[in-house]
Amino acid sequence: MGSLTVGSILAVITLNMDQVSGGAPIFFARDEEERERMARYLGRILDAMVHDLENGTYIVVRH
Amino acid sequence: MFDLPHHIIVILAGILAGTFTRYTLLRVDYRQYPGYPHAYLAHLFLGFIASALGSVAVPAILKPDYAAVTFLALAAQQFREIRSIERLTLESLEQTELVKRGLDYIEGIARTFEARNYLAMGTAFFTSMAAQFFGLAWTGAVAVAAVLFSYHFMEGAVVGDICEVVPAGFYFERTVLMVDKIGMMEVGLKEAREKMLKDGLAVKIIPKDANAKATIHDLGQRNAMVFTASVMIGVKKDIDTPEYTPLARKNNDTGEVGLFIVPVEKDIEQLIAAVRLTPVLESASSKPLKSGPGLRAVKKRR
Repeated sequence: MGSLTVGSILAVITLNMDQVSGGAPIFFARDEEERERMARYLGRILDAMVHDLENGTYIVVRH
Repeated sequence: MFDLPHHIIVILAGILAGTFTRYTLLRVDYRQYPGYPHAYLAHLFLGFIASALGSVAVPAILKPDYAAVTFLALAAQQFREIRSIERLTLESLEQTELVKRGLDYIEGIARTFEARNYLAMGTAFFTSMAAQFFGLAWTGAVAVAAVLFSYHFMEGAVVGDICEVVPAGFYFERTVLMVDKIGMMEVGLKEAREKMLKDGLAVKIIPKDANAKATIHDLGQRNAMVFTASVMIGVKKDIDTPEYTPLARKNNDTGEVGLFIVPVEKDIEQLIAAVRLTPVLESASSKPLKSGPGLRAVKKRR
């Protein structure tokens, strides 16, 4: 757990491709179920917390 | 008594009383700090050295060998070392701790370890003094008084003294976890939200006055409460599930603090007891009511 990554967005999982771009790795999900599953896996893999921005986008953040 | 020279009896009496003081205070520690056998032995022995120093001071002064008394200053230096050793140990353990103690708590523990050696030294000094000038009965009386004094002096306040701790309801406002209207954190995963609703526990910590409010708003103090709670009832958090991290957040307007935890042992009584028993950290404890400007500000508000 490097302190470099604390507080940064590690991944973005979204249903709306036109809403996101840039920095963090972006994962496109086909439906809500897939988004939920991908977010869960990414959260576990990265030891990080999944947050819901409630606009169709989830972000994975390490605190 | 056994034909021992008087000064030996004086020193022995001091050492016995001082070491006993350290021993009783070590037992108090068990709740807050795991009593690893080696650490336990090390501290007992340091307490023994402290009391030896304290009791030797009496014959040294009487001899009179004032140079010998200056080693007390050296001893103080040694015991300051204890503080940094304790701090280093706890800080390095902290890295692999799922729920962190927090730097404030560590500092408090380290400082306590240092201070307790001074108490052992003081007990030894006064007991030796009594043994030197008065009889056996007085020596015993002074030793008991000093041990009791040390015991009560170092007990310190706990959160239960300055705050009310009551069970609190919790729910999700859309995706934000709320403990009695205090926003705790945003949880994205539906699965995590369901588990938190099912397995979680929450309490509300209501400060009794503005001093208490300032104290529990200290991040280190809140961390200490969370740590104590998770030691006593466990946490379901693992390295890959930060959702279940126990949290304490304050209500900005009322000053109350909400504490949420996903415990292993779902027992609200235990949780309340754990929070109430958390020591008030020296670094967190503040008394704005005692300061002039603070007092005026509070009066104006009322």
